[in-house]
Amino acid sequence: MLRIRNLHASIDDKQILRGINLEIKAGEVHAIMGPNGSGKSTLASVLAGRSNFEVTEGSVEFMGNDLLELSPEDRAREGMFLAFQYPVEIPGVSTTNFIKAAVNETRKYRGHEHLDAVAFLKMMKEKMKLVQIDQSLLSRSLNEGFSGGEKKRNEIFQMAMLEPRLAILDETDSGLDIDALRIVANGVNQTRNKDNAFLLVTHYQRLLDYIVPDHVHVLYKGRIVKSGTRELALELEEKGYDFIKAEFESAEQA
Amino acid sequence: MYEENDDILGQVTTSEYKYGFVTDIESEDAPKGLNEDTVRYISAKKNEPAWLLEWRLKSFRHWQTMEEPTWPNVKYPPIDYQDIIYYSAPKQKIAPNSLDEIDPELRKTFEKLGISLQEQKRLTGVAVDAVVDSVSIATTFKEELAELGIIFCSMSDAVHEHPELIKKYLGAVVPPTDNYFTALNSAVFSDGSFCYIPVGVRCPMELSTYFRINAANTGQFERTLIVAEAGSYVSYLEGCTAPMRDENQLHAAVVEIMAMEKAEVKYSTVQNWYPGDKEGKGGIYNFVTKRGICQGAHSKISWTQVETGSSITWKYPSVILKGDHSVGEFYSVAVTNNYQQADTGTKMIHIGKNTKSRIVSKGISAGRSNNSYRGLVQVGRNAGNARNFSQCDSLLLGDKCGAHTFPYIEVKNNTGIVEHEATTSKIGEDQIFYCNQRGIDTEAAVAMIVNGFAKEVMNQLPMEFAVEAQKLLAISLEGSVG
Repeated sequence: MLRIRNLHASIDDKQILRGINLEIKAGEVHAIMGPNGSGKSTLASVLAGRSNFEVTEGSVEFMGNDLLELSPEDRAREGMFLAFQYPVEIPGVSTTNFIKAAVNETRKYRGHEHLDAVAFLKMMKEKMKLVQIDQSLLSRSLNEGFSGGEKKRNEIFQMAMLEPRLAILDETDSGLDIDALRIVANGVNQTRNKDNAFLLVTHYQRLLDYIVPDHVHVLYKGRIVKSGTRELALELEEKGYDFIKAEFESAEQA
Repeated sequence: MYEENDDILGQVTTSEYKYGFVTDIESEDAPKGLNEDTVRYISAKKNEPAWLLEWRLKSFRHWQTMEEPTWPNVKYPPIDYQDIIYYSAPKQKIAPNSLDEIDPELRKTFEKLGISLQEQKRLTGVAVDAVVDSVSIATTFKEELAELGIIFCSMSDAVHEHPELIKKYLGAVVPPTDNYFTALNSAVFSDGSFCYIPVGVRCPMELSTYFRINAANTGQFERTLIVAEAGSYVSYLEGCTAPMRDENQLHAAVVEIMAMEKAEVKYSTVQNWYPGDKEGKGGIYNFVTKRGICQGAHSKISWTQVETGSSITWKYPSVILKGDHSVGEFYSVAVTNNYQQADTGTKMIHIGKNTKSRIVSKGISAGRSNNSYRGLVQVGRNAGNARNFSQCDSLLLGDKCGAHTFPYIEVKNNTGIVEHEATTSKIGEDQIFYCNQRGIDTEAAVAMIVNGFAKEVMNQLPMEFAVEAQKLLAISLEGSVG
């Protein structure tokens, strides 16, 4: 589904990603972990197409397309979803209307009919249960005055509504209390199936207690320096990132 | 609402100023230039009584002593008032007695504008007075309204059919000497709409005036006068468009509203005069004076305006709150793009006791445009317990445009409460990227964010206008981001 080869990216001439290689297949859940500043969120932003990052080398293939050639909106319409670390507020635009526009833009791109109000509301009701989100929240302006937890739940709700092929969750767990974390994880687990895939970007292994990944990767200084299974996450939890750093530095020197 | 929203997003892609066509109709023009003879010519053309000619000439003489105002935050080359045609009337073979007799070319014009003077309007229940260049072409629903005692007709007809009302109220709210452009308008006004709602009558339909400049080198000077007697109610809509032309054209209108005890008048404008091209060439100078007076106790006047057109807008729809407990409201969305300039706002003059006013102004600037809010809140010595709330928000698209706020507050009674809030924000790249990431392209995202920003004002518009206005916002800002 997604094949990243030797991806290099920079911002303001500062190199952040220095050769990422990663392949994600349908049905898989990958977790990317790493210390602050290792490039985790940059990877998420570059995949989604944020314009302030410049890809200097490498390629990304998504669903058979050259991802880097697609505009951010076409990447989304092709089925790539990014749950933002800091969801933005749009005053005066109700969450419901925003999602409706998003859903229908994607349907239009794929040559499907617009969802009418009745079908849309029915779909919304179903998905609302997944993330235990309240109707009243959805009638309010998008993310305006939402608590941190509400914003994150709203991201997962949008994910459920848009039914992406690949969902990238950028530190969706940060700032969540244990109940909210459980609700968010539950939303992911219920939408998980053999045709879609997830890329979880996280600091802590805590999230992985609830969403069990197939693969765990450690990102450090813009490269994936170690890959493994869930055990790797547990090891990181126990030892911290220092042992990775030590391993990496000695490898660099050698 | 969901469906409408989608339609609007879909229509964002339709481009350019779509009302820019010219109708090929013969017109009868006054010679270029302005002097007493021009004034006499216009008055004679309209077969006016002597008192009105006198009124015009007095206004003209006063205008000659005045200077064009220079305080607005707008720039334009000097206007040559001798290079303008002050009267232009589409030539009709006969005076139309019914809508069927109107020149088919003119009818087509209105059909292109989406205003059918015929049956369709019956269904939506909006009565229309259509003014092309200097004269009123047709007024619909006249008879139906007359049954309720409502007068809705062109100003020219009103002068002949209701002279006592015109004599009493013309210039009563906005005297000819008020400012440079009201004096000019009073001297040369050619037509406009008159509306009279008798005591206790609630006007059952929206009344609408549609203004269209067609002829070249012509100025448009119309007057609207609305008198709402005690306990009456009327909602009034005004729309305007003009062809695309390279030279600037002057529009200097006057609107007067008189609200008696417990009367309520709601006046909505969607102003879409030709704004000029992307380089700032051409476009309408929209120098308009609009004022209402809450004459009686518990009366209410509200102005709602969506300003997207004109190369320069200079206009401050105001309310004089004379009656005790009267209420004035001003809701405005002003959009400027490319080289457009707007200096607009309101005046709320509190004279009576327990009077209230509310100002919500949303300015949106894009391109190299300049958008200024200018507002006065005045609480007089005897205006005990006056309340005002003002909110002025500016939204910037890009970094070459300007947003300015000039609030003036004068309070002479210490029981008054005046609140003013102002914000300035930019459409953030992060907001647009967020929308993009959900599959919404940049044009649609801007339309959505702007409509969200303006929502509080848009909600004040009558339904049939709101949808149109939302589309207009999106279209006016096309190409302003990216």
